[in-house]
Amino acid sequence: MNASTSVNSSDTLTVSSGRSAETRRPPRKRYVFLMSAPALLGLFMFMVLPFLMALGMSFTDQRLLSPNATEWVGLRNYDRLLNISWLVQEPVSDADNHLKQTADGELVYPRLRSVLRKNPEYKEFKEFTHWSFGDKRVVLLAKDPSFIQSIINTLLFVILVVPIQCGTALGLALLINQKLRGIFLFRTVFFSPVVTSIVVVSIVWSFLYHKDLGLFNHYLNAMSFGLIGPVDWLGDPDWAMPSIVLMSAWQAAGVQMLIFLAGLQGISGDLYEAAELDGAGPWGKFVNVTLPGLKNTTIFVVISTTIQAFGLFTQVDVMTRGGPQGSTSTVMYHAVTKGFREQDIAYGSAISVIFFLAILAIALLQKRFFDKREDA
Amino acid sequence: MKRLQKLGAYLFLLLIGYVFLFPLLFMIMSSFKPEQVIFADLYSIRAILPVGDLTLDNYRQVFEKSDVLLYFRNSILITSAAVVLGLIVNSLLAFTLSRMRWSGRKYILAAVVALMIIPIEAIVVPLLLLVSKLPTIGWEQGGLVLMGSWLNSLEVQILPFVANSFFIFLFYQFFRDIPKDFDEAAELDGATPFQIYRHIIVPMSGPVFATVAILHFLLMWNQYIWPIMAVQGEDARPVMPGIQIFFGRQTSWGEIMAYASFVTLPVLAVFLAFQKKFVSSLAGAGIKG
Repeated sequence: MNASTSVNSSDTLTVSSGRSAETRRPPRKRYVFLMSAPALLGLFMFMVLPFLMALGMSFTDQRLLSPNATEWVGLRNYDRLLNISWLVQEPVSDADNHLKQTADGELVYPRLRSVLRKNPEYKEFKEFTHWSFGDKRVVLLAKDPSFIQSIINTLLFVILVVPIQCGTALGLALLINQKLRGIFLFRTVFFSPVVTSIVVVSIVWSFLYHKDLGLFNHYLNAMSFGLIGPVDWLGDPDWAMPSIVLMSAWQAAGVQMLIFLAGLQGISGDLYEAAELDGAGPWGKFVNVTLPGLKNTTIFVVISTTIQAFGLFTQVDVMTRGGPQGSTSTVMYHAVTKGFREQDIAYGSAISVIFFLAILAIALLQKRFFDKREDA
Repeated sequence: MKRLQKLGAYLFLLLIGYVFLFPLLFMIMSSFKPEQVIFADLYSIRAILPVGDLTLDNYRQVFEKSDVLLYFRNSILITSAAVVLGLIVNSLLAFTLSRMRWSGRKYILAAVVALMIIPIEAIVVPLLLLVSKLPTIGWEQGGLVLMGSWLNSLEVQILPFVANSFFIFLFYQFFRDIPKDFDEAAELDGATPFQIYRHIIVPMSGPVFATVAILHFLLMWNQYIWPIMAVQGEDARPVMPGIQIFFGRQTSWGEIMAYASFVTLPVLAVFLAFQKKFVSSLAGAGIKG
């Protein structure tokens, strides 16, 4: 202890002073313990422990408030979440071997519910979606179709919001990187949505997206000379998620804008001068100097935006409650619905574990990205 | 030509600025207008101008229909308690990590960095079960008793959000770069580690304390996913779940905008007062994080 602590703050500290200090006051160990314990306790209690609990509970049938004893159920929660299957259905034909058709001329298939019930292999499975191939119909089955839908919705959100948000942020950063008087004012303006709560933003945008009164439909109508009718932005399954994407990108782009701005200011002016001497125009300078200079910043921004986007919850909860027709339900929305609103904590924990593994995978991908860059 | 270019740049900036400022200004202006005026002004520039018959009726209705003042008080208590406690415990841990040598230090530091990638969303569900099992100590019939769970309380919204790996890391980075000469001199004079922290490091670390306070304030004031799960009753409800519930059962847009403006007020006030600090701290946090 003495030997290790006497060199604690500097290599030049003499041994004698270390020893004399040691004799006059309580040992440093006690200070280290007392000063680090509160934060470490907090991190352990409210980050590490819940995560370990989630891991453990995901193999049980724990409910939030239940008189029944909790039991181990092995991988049942994960099986319910992730198990998918499929079956092929032939159209029904009548006695003369003609294919049966509905009044609309559509082929008739055996009732899926009874098919699934008859076959023990398809126990617990429900229809997720189906496609037609010629006469045949392929039915995709899942034990929890709304979770599969939530994964797809979340991925759709990520794929749309990451390029839009990062692109907007880069554009804004380029704008405010100009040497103009009063540019700081615009920086504040572009940043103001970030400090506004996403709950408040979602409520105000619900009004702007309103089918009859909203601004979006008003401008759309005006610009298309009345050709494009009102769109029910948040009420149409095709438009609800893109509408949330647009709002989310608008709200959060300010953060990435500041990071890009710092990246831009880190690019040496000499590079631009050299490019100018080589006869590069504004576009040439952007492609050959700015973009390569922002490579690390871009990787960081894209990864952190992606991780954030995976957690999409609040906008959905305030604006659409997962609807219409499940088109905006996300992984986190499903976790809260199941784990909290339906009190199935074990099932919600299993979703949390899957969510965490996805985040971890992205983080590791990020590390590989950075390592590769250092090799190069 | 140069001047024309500059004019074009300003016009473009103004257009983009309008897009970014419109919803916020619209919200504030509409909160002072009667319902018909909001709709009449909606499609013109008047939507974001304080013109026409301005009134406080919307605010009056909101205060009457919702216990918004109680929620506001709760949010202030939760936010200030978490920020103050957070500044203390996070900087203390960062101090031991950056300026003291002890065995296990490297592992703890690595663990803190690793925890930074876990988003709050990943742990809210199991955290809910955890706090539902934690007892509170209360005063009943003249004695201390263990009562129910942590759910529906203010502390359930404060304590889980005091220690924060990201803020610890920000403190760590700042403390690490302070020259060691100061500590050494103090140590020779017989100062304890806590005295060094209190009288040397803290006074020199104003900027990082301000940065963390601002970030923590934003995080706490805008809490949503956790309180909607952990707080069912009205007594401990903070503002964001409050406005969501109000939004769910109200059809008057003027009142909704009044509510929204009211709960955004503290953030906007802090933002406008410390704009430069605000922007630079978030930028710095983003780069280092």
